[in-house]
Amino acid sequence: MKRVYAKEEVCIGCRLCEVWCRTEHSRSKNIIKAHKSEFPPPVSRVLVEELMPVSFALQCRHCDEPECVESCITGALTKDESGRVVYNEEKCVGCWTCVLVCPYGAPQRDLERKKIAKCDLCPDRDTPACVEMCPNQALVYEER
Amino acid sequence: MSYVIIGNSVAAIGAIEAIRKVDKEINITVISDEPYLVYSRPLISEFLAGQVKEEMMGYREPGFYEKNGVTTKLGKRVVAIDSAKKSVKLDNGEEVAYGKLLIATGGTPFIPPMKGLGKERIYTFIKMDDAKQIDALVPEMDHVVIIGAGLIGLKAAESLHHRGVEVTVVELANRVMAAVLDVDAGGIVQSALEKAGINIVTENTVDEILGGKAANGVRLKDGREIRCDAVIVAIGVVPNAVFAKESGVEVNRGIVTDNHMRTNLPDVYAAGDVTEGPDYLNGGNRVIPIWPNAYIQGKIAGLNMAGVEREFTGGLAMNSIELFGVPVITAGLSNIDSDDLEVLTKIENGNYRKIVLRGSTIVGAVFVGKIDRAGIITGLIRDQIDISSMRDRLLADDFGYIDFPVELRKERLGAVAK
Repeated sequence: MKRVYAKEEVCIGCRLCEVWCRTEHSRSKNIIKAHKSEFPPPVSRVLVEELMPVSFALQCRHCDEPECVESCITGALTKDESGRVVYNEEKCVGCWTCVLVCPYGAPQRDLERKKIAKCDLCPDRDTPACVEMCPNQALVYEER
Repeated sequence: MSYVIIGNSVAAIGAIEAIRKVDKEINITVISDEPYLVYSRPLISEFLAGQVKEEMMGYREPGFYEKNGVTTKLGKRVVAIDSAKKSVKLDNGEEVAYGKLLIATGGTPFIPPMKGLGKERIYTFIKMDDAKQIDALVPEMDHVVIIGAGLIGLKAAESLHHRGVEVTVVELANRVMAAVLDVDAGGIVQSALEKAGINIVTENTVDEILGGKAANGVRLKDGREIRCDAVIVAIGVVPNAVFAKESGVEVNRGIVTDNHMRTNLPDVYAAGDVTEGPDYLNGGNRVIPIWPNAYIQGKIAGLNMAGVEREFTGGLAMNSIELFGVPVITAGLSNIDSDDLEVLTKIENGNYRKIVLRGSTIVGAVFVGKIDRAGIITGLIRDQIDISSMRDRLLADDFGYIDFPVELRKERLGAVAK
């Protein structure tokens, strides 16, 4: 399956991936409304790590045998046939067990909803928003 | 030849899902003394709090058993295993033959001897039916005494508090969650509980449960009496392995397994809270009754039962709990004093971060408050990565892959994640 990979050599740490991720996962899908008026505000599923001069974006790796799926206490996290780690927000109770076990630190706590947020590879798009909107092509969506 | 699984919680599901990855044909039979389809045991506290309804507690979708070719025998208890005949005997006299057997019967509450046991209104809190019984009594309860300030006791306390019931927690140690938290971390959690209105009595214990037919109070070791409408015993769980032991399965504290989750009996495996399986950090075998460990052991057992050899790398104790808005994460050797361990800590505005090192690897961690991305540390424990080059950054709130040696980072982030 295709996954998102970062090229840290060309990432400039602009965090536009986070901006477009929040927009894509907002109710309005409008960049201004998503950041200025929606409540609860959308949480970015991608996180830019930065310690200059290095930076890169990191999101759910959709592991082959995901620790989060095996550890989720409610069954909110599952692995589907295509290989994606799928998250059913309705079943999440905010126990943070996935935060405890994910070796990538990928699940983000959404404190307003008291649920986690994680990368869904943008099911409504051909290419995830973070990849498509990265101005420096520092994210790629491909099979490896 | 068929697969028989005794128990119907997370270890059983881990086994079913693993078996079905490699064997889509041979029937699986699940036998459980509980009448329910698999549900999330940890959610009984959310159920009691009134925050999650029963129909939302299913751990898998209702069609799970049918889809996976699983026959269920629910509400039936296995009383004996006949390993010569390769069958199990149920409490209704029925016999079920197995080709491969998995014992995944979980834990049972530990109730120490004390005066006054055997009355009504004395509960434990690990199963759906426990929660339902307590839930039904909430309207008539003003005050509940909980014995034990571990995870189960404190979650029960929080749930009842949400329902407007006054709660007193009695704990033998000098702080809450003493098994996994040190004095500093325990203090932060205890303050949050007390601020919310939970009464906590430490370094004390219940000598006698008072009352006539039903419990109506407790007398503590120091002679003090506390009136209450019910008592919840939440001291801990022990492996539910009596029938297995009587059937010739080797049981120490729990069912002893090797790293393929095999017991001493041929074609009999065990997984989850009932086992004393390999311990990752300390070596040897140990009972580690936690949810993720149960799923993983179930998975390993299932793969081996289906003929795919797979080794269990060993259980790692870990927990995530949130009490009154304070999240707490612990992993590995989070609260052990030993000369060969080095401890790094940081306390800042009610946030606590602790990393326990053995030489140049991390073997334990505690996070209170700011728990984000704690799993990166858990991963470093699990993989025993040499942290020499990132040591100075381990206590930083924004510790991350940026702090990893570049080759390790690229190896981890540049390839398909296992």
